[in-house]
Amino acid sequence: MGIKVSKLTHVYMAGTPFEVKALDGIDLEIKDGEFVGLIGKTGSGKSTLIQHLNGLLRPTHGTVYVDGIDIFSRGVKLREIRQKVGLLFQYPEHQLFEETVYQDVAFGPRNLGLEEDEVERRVRDALEMVGIDFESVRDRSPFELSGGQMRRVAMAGVLAMRPRILILDEPAAGLDPRGRDEILGRIEDLHRHHGLTVILVSHSMEDIARLVQRIVVMHEGRIVMDGPTREIFLQVSTLTRVGLGVPQVTMLMHKLREMHKDVRLDVLTVEEAKREILSLLRKEGRPGA
Amino acid sequence: MGEEMFRVEDVSFTYEAEGRDEVGALAGVNLTIKKGEFVVIIGHNGSGKSTLAKHLNALLLPSSGRVLVMGMDTRDPSNLWKIRQNVGMVFQNPDNQIVATTVEEDVAFGPENLGVNPAEIRRRVDEALDIVDMSRYRKHAPHLLSGGQKQRVAIAGVIAMRPSCVVLDEPTAMLDPSGRAEVMSTVKKLNAEEGITVVHITHFMDEAVMGQRVIVMEQGKIVMDGPPRDVFSRVETLRGLQLDVPQVTELAATLSESGLAIPRGILTVDEMARYIIAEGCA
Repeated sequence: MGIKVSKLTHVYMAGTPFEVKALDGIDLEIKDGEFVGLIGKTGSGKSTLIQHLNGLLRPTHGTVYVDGIDIFSRGVKLREIRQKVGLLFQYPEHQLFEETVYQDVAFGPRNLGLEEDEVERRVRDALEMVGIDFESVRDRSPFELSGGQMRRVAMAGVLAMRPRILILDEPAAGLDPRGRDEILGRIEDLHRHHGLTVILVSHSMEDIARLVQRIVVMHEGRIVMDGPTREIFLQVSTLTRVGLGVPQVTMLMHKLREMHKDVRLDVLTVEEAKREILSLLRKEGRPGA
Repeated sequence: MGEEMFRVEDVSFTYEAEGRDEVGALAGVNLTIKKGEFVVIIGHNGSGKSTLAKHLNALLLPSSGRVLVMGMDTRDPSNLWKIRQNVGMVFQNPDNQIVATTVEEDVAFGPENLGVNPAEIRRRVDEALDIVDMSRYRKHAPHLLSGGQKQRVAIAGVIAMRPSCVVLDEPTAMLDPSGRAEVMSTVKKLNAEEGITVVHITHFMDEAVMGQRVIVMEQGKIVMDGPPRDVFSRVETLRGLQLDVPQVTELAATLSESGLAIPRGILTVDEMARYIIAEGCA
């Protein structure tokens, strides 16, 4: 069933001189099992949109359906929606607060009123899903961990609620390459092996190109592009106009085409670029290729 | 060239936090940076980059060894004001660096504290905002600006102190691509047009290639130091340190592995495209 957003508009500080229309008539459908990248400049409306998807923000106009249920209609418990739709904010490690890793991850499940052995099972599973060894960290303070580990503990706190849809707002921001690879690898695993629907907000076109199947591009509160990853990254000029870019290797192919070289434009990774260049050199019968 | 901005001699440093391993410590760092250089420092979190940066304006003092800033020893408290005025710092989170309610007051904060006279403050604020291209926002509230704009205001606040050097500790980590581009073009301009020495810490390799010199840190030590072309031509070493290389640099390395006669250390898309075309004409 997934998520469906219909004619969603959100106005901040309505009726004041600071009134801002952050979302302007958004229509969007995300099906179960999809891995979607949500990209756009700061202020394009990405964060406002995802906060509607689990009921943290109420629309000014329009509707949000989760599994076919209008989440803002009367009688719907937003708490149940938030169990289905887990949201990991930017810099989630700032929201860690308990004395031990165990207590922190257990906070959500305990609030659900679960038995302690079920809570423990969930904590154990969630930490395993993010690649953190339960026994060695359970009694440690989350604040003693590295930045990347803290962030994964925060992610475990969301996963312990057993959501089927996971929304992540720049999960790799500020991490070093190693921390970034760890957390993105875990997210890929959650999608592939645990069947979670994932919506990933990111500023890194390289990460987006490598991970997601579909890209939704936002600009000034609207969705301006929506399609398969390869097709979106073909449209270099539109992406540039909305303040975004494409991966370096994709750009390289566009440069070569401008110079009248017969290459594919929809190249997303270094490996694909390599194959394309070798085949170009072979076609042109060049030595060394 | 020739005049020395920083001389770091056998500097070691250990954080004395309880229950922590020696994270971010420095283990015998030697480094000389000349006036006017544009130096980029890369390395893992915990490799010592930020610790080293904080030694450059005496926010931290070495446990052993010494740091000289334009010849002034950072351990001598009487040098402190002069060092801080000459070495400005810009940090990662723009929101933590805002102190005033309008952009121009924010930029004026530093020179006011130096006791500069009001007419001179006015001149410096206008000039600094002009350099970072934020003049038309001078009456705006800083907290309502975009991330890239906030960082440019933070940079203006630093250059209003008329420093010889600006040290930027991951100033683009929290910005979107256009914010990053704004900040980087400002940083390049500071170096090229204002002659300010730049020490830029980053995880983004496309920023690292903008410097004249790249320093790689690992476990509190400098493990590589050279022009970007030399450093990035050692793709395997960088991968071993789990650092990124620019995609086209990696592409050049992997093409060369498959037997293509391609120079290593290609840094930009244009260079790569030119190489492939030129080979075609041969």
